[in-house]
Amino acid sequence: MNISRRHLLVLLPAAAVAWKFVEAGTPEASPNYNKSDHWWGMLIDIPKCIGCGNCVRACQTENDVPDGFFRTWVERYHRTDIHLENPEVISPDGGKEGFPAVPEGAEGEYFFVPKMCNHCSDSPCTQVCPVGATFVSPDGVVLIDQTYCLGCAYCVQACPYGCRYIHPEKKVADKCTLCYHRITKGLTTACCEACPTGARQLADLKNPKDPIHEFLKTHSVQVLKPQMATGAKAFYNGLDGSVR
Amino acid sequence: MSGLKDAGHLFRFAGLFVIAFLLFWVIRGYVVPKSFGQYGHYRGSALTDIASHPVKFAGHETCETCHTDIADTKTKGAHAHVNCEACHGALANHANDPTSVTPVKPDSAVLCARCHTASAAKPKGFPQVDPVDHSGGAPCATCHNPHSPVIGSDTGASAVTGGAK
Repeated sequence: MNISRRHLLVLLPAAAVAWKFVEAGTPEASPNYNKSDHWWGMLIDIPKCIGCGNCVRACQTENDVPDGFFRTWVERYHRTDIHLENPEVISPDGGKEGFPAVPEGAEGEYFFVPKMCNHCSDSPCTQVCPVGATFVSPDGVVLIDQTYCLGCAYCVQACPYGCRYIHPEKKVADKCTLCYHRITKGLTTACCEACPTGARQLADLKNPKDPIHEFLKTHSVQVLKPQMATGAKAFYNGLDGSVR
Repeated sequence: MSGLKDAGHLFRFAGLFVIAFLLFWVIRGYVVPKSFGQYGHYRGSALTDIASHPVKFAGHETCETCHTDIADTKTKGAHAHVNCEACHGALANHANDPTSVTPVKPDSAVLCARCHTASAAKPKGFPQVDPVDHSGGAPCATCHNPHSPVIGSDTGASAVTGGAK
C-alpha cells in the first residue's frame, strides 16, 4: 500500500483522535452507580441462621468458587459452660451440605455462625500487599485485582478471619467480592438472595434509608475480633462470647 | 576550567545515570496501567473488570415480573420472605431466555429437609420435623404447597402445581 504525504497528513490526526478513545478505556458497566454514594457492609443475624448451607452453595455457583474452597462458610458451635473459652467448632465442607445430627442429650448450646470476608475498612490484608493488587474500593469493598496479584499469599496470612485462599487454578489470591458485580447493578449478593430466613442482609451504611441504622441502634451488634481494630463491616447480631 | 580537566570520567558516569533514569521513566510509562492510582494504590479499571462478572442469580424481583401468580400465593404464606432462587437455584439464564432454558422442579423430599430437618442447633421457633417420622419419606409437596406451606392456608391452588393456577 502506498501512502502519499497527503494521506499521511490526514491519517496522523485521525490516529491521534482514535488513540484518545483507546486511552479512555471502556465505559463503566453501570452508569447509574456512583461509587462515592455507597459504603457496603453485611448484617448477620445469628438467631435466624438454620445452617442450611444455601449461602455457601449460592456463593460457589455465583462466583465459580472451586470445590474445597470457600468465600463464605457456616460453622456450628457447641459451647458448654465448662468450655466457654474453647467451644467445639465444626464446618464439614463449609456447611455446604448441612451438618451432622446433634447427639441426643448433649449438654450446652449449639448454634450456627456464618462466616465471610468482613470487608474491613482498615483491612490488614490490603496493607501487606506488596504490589497494590488488593485494595478497599471507594465503596468499601475489599477486592483483588487478579491480573496484578503475584500469588505471594501475604494477604492470606494477614487476614485475621481466614477469609482468603490461593485459587488452585489461577494461582492468585481469591476472596469474597461482596458480589461486586451484583451490588453495582442494584441486586443483593448471591448469599443474601439465597438465604431463606433473612439471616444475612446486605447493608449500605451510606444510605440513610437502609434498615441497618435502625437495627444497629436497637440490637446488641458486634463484629468479630474487635480488639484487632480492623474496622470490620460484617455486623453480627446475637454473637455468643465464645465465637472467634 | 583547569579544576574540571580531570573530572571527565565523573561526567560520563553522571550521563549514564541520566540515561538510565530516562529509560526507567519511559519504560515505566508504558508498563504501569493508565488507571493505576485513579482511586488509590491499585488499578482503577480493576473495579470495572470485577463488576463485569456474569450474574447467575436473577433476583426475586426479576422472577416476579413474569410469575405473578406464584408471587401472589407466596406473599400470603409462611414462605413470603424466602426468595425464589433459595429453592429453585440460580436461574439468570432462564430469566434471560425463558423459552429455551427451563428450570428443573426441585425434589421436595430433599429440598425441604435441608431447612426443616429437626436439629437442636436450629433456632427454637423455627418449624422443624423428623422427615421419616413426619411423612415416612414421602415428598413434602404431596400434602404441602411449597409456596404457601401451612396446610389449608393456600388460596385454593393445588399443591401439585406449586400454587400455579
